[in-house]
Amino acid sequence: MKKELRLMKGNEALAEAAILYGCDAYFGYPITPQSEILEYLSNEAAKRTGMVILQAESEIASINMVYGAAGTGKRVMTSSSSPGMSLMQEGISYIACGEIPCVLVNVQRGGPGLGTIQPGQADYFQSVKGGGHGDYKLVTYAPSTVQEMVDFVFDGFDLAFKYRTPVMILTDGALGQMMEKVLLPEQRPRKTEYEPWGSTGKTPDRERNIIYTLSLQPDVMEKWNERLQKKYRSIEANEIRFEAIDCEDADYVLVAYGLVARICQKAAHIARDHGIKVGVFRPITLYPFPYEQLNKVADNVKAFMTVEMNAGQMLEDVKLAVNGKKSVEFYGRMGGMIPSPEDIFAKLEEKLNHPVSKLVGELA
Amino acid sequence: MNEKTMTVEEAQHFEQILREESICTNENLVFEVPDTLTDNTMHYCPGCGHGVAHRIIAEVIDELDIQKDTIGVAPVGCSVLAYNYLNIDMSGAAHGRAAAVATGIKRVLPDKYVFSYQGDGDLAAIGTGETIHTCNRGENILIIFINNGIYGMTGGQMAPTTLVGMKSTTSPFGRDVETMGAPLKITELIAQLPGTYYVTRTAVNSPNNVRKAKAAIKKSFEYQKLNKGLCFVEIVTNCPSNWKMTPLESNKWLEENMLPFYPLGDIKKPSN
Repeated sequence: MKKELRLMKGNEALAEAAILYGCDAYFGYPITPQSEILEYLSNEAAKRTGMVILQAESEIASINMVYGAAGTGKRVMTSSSSPGMSLMQEGISYIACGEIPCVLVNVQRGGPGLGTIQPGQADYFQSVKGGGHGDYKLVTYAPSTVQEMVDFVFDGFDLAFKYRTPVMILTDGALGQMMEKVLLPEQRPRKTEYEPWGSTGKTPDRERNIIYTLSLQPDVMEKWNERLQKKYRSIEANEIRFEAIDCEDADYVLVAYGLVARICQKAAHIARDHGIKVGVFRPITLYPFPYEQLNKVADNVKAFMTVEMNAGQMLEDVKLAVNGKKSVEFYGRMGGMIPSPEDIFAKLEEKLNHPVSKLVGELA
Repeated sequence: MNEKTMTVEEAQHFEQILREESICTNENLVFEVPDTLTDNTMHYCPGCGHGVAHRIIAEVIDELDIQKDTIGVAPVGCSVLAYNYLNIDMSGAAHGRAAAVATGIKRVLPDKYVFSYQGDGDLAAIGTGETIHTCNRGENILIIFINNGIYGMTGGQMAPTTLVGMKSTTSPFGRDVETMGAPLKITELIAQLPGTYYVTRTAVNSPNNVRKAKAAIKKSFEYQKLNKGLCFVEIVTNCPSNWKMTPLESNKWLEENMLPFYPLGDIKKPSN
């Protein structure tokens, strides 16, 4: 199959990308707004590539099926939405500790609790700062288009196997549900060769491959942690991705990720129509976060405004990045509400006239 | 005799005599370490049934010659370190999730032999959902269920299978059905599910029962080769340390108390 241009829903495009990448297995449990992923794969995957699709009895079972299947070295994926992702956190900690490559997808909805089925971004902390127990990191991609829902499945699997680490695609219900044109890559073959570390049956020519996460000796466990941290430093040095849109001449920069970064671009256009020079800084990888890159932007602008569909989570990383050089304002919507470009522009104007922070003197 | 003082010819002659006089010959061999057991010293308490259970699994894997095609899943509990003793590829699951982990492995490697090894807390309390649904899907795996009626690793707390009236650190006055519920016969429960093919209860408290338990494990791997569905072998065992008994006392207590409530034998026999 050649490259193909199609109009697709984000969830379906992501599922299609898994098939095209040659993913070996998907384990999942239905939850709105991402059930199309399991549905699409149930319908398409087995007959096209023989990919294993299994509807598990819970998200807890799903993530542990991923642990088992991906521990053999196969390409394995699961997806869920916020409440279901909470159930998976224990398993993700084990997967990170066991250094098992896999791709996880969180099509976020508003929380907390059962929350809402409308889109949200309130799982930033969960994905980027931990979620599960222990010192581990989850490489987190934030797509802002349906095309990136496809691209990051490919990039995600590549990176997961390069570092033997789990990768999260952190998207939201709006991107999952909306339709856009998408250029689909060519079909890749399913994987046939075994990874040298995979638990696939001990043949006489090699040592046993054990996937485990326990050491009763603290000095051994500390060494294990140090190995993980070394890997994370390497990821931080090599895998940061971001996009700086119209930041060169900007006086003010909106910082946002995913869907909200696109809304911010429209807001920036409105601002420029009003004679205010506004750019948009979009982290594409939320972990590793582009701290230095954003810090450099701070040299040439007057202030930042972070926009998120939560109460201010990435805001903390933006402040760490800017490190007091300039003021960082915030505008957030919660509970499944999506900010409009006009909302964002209005909020920016309001902040310009009534700066919240003391540092913002030069704004007025 | 110092070896260095011997010539090569003398040494060969000496070895020859030793070989001829030794009773350690293949014909006389009645007991050896299975290839599928590692040389690691087991951490299990004296008299514990886990060591025997590990050994018969290893013997079966040797006899079927499936070491290179077998993947085991270890639980959380006393047998969390099972992968240190069984000389096969293994995966250490989170508490209660061994059946889900085994499902994942078997689904992507359907030609391999996959088994989980789980205690009563792991399989019948925190992992009940995974146990029932894995059995109900008829995953083509073997689940080995070690039932000693107590949480061993955490120090003797009440398990779902703790007998009525049995004392533990969290039922210090004996298990009270009124407030703690009755012991869960999960093996009888999963035998009701169409997905299970062979469900049996065994023990390792006597040589005869050990042989029967081994036969059940062997049969289960043979069924797995034929894609017959889920096989479930419960092994009723003792826990001398947390039952606060000597190994002999614990085996006697097991016979007098555990086995009447958890009777041995096939609960679901293969249909053909």
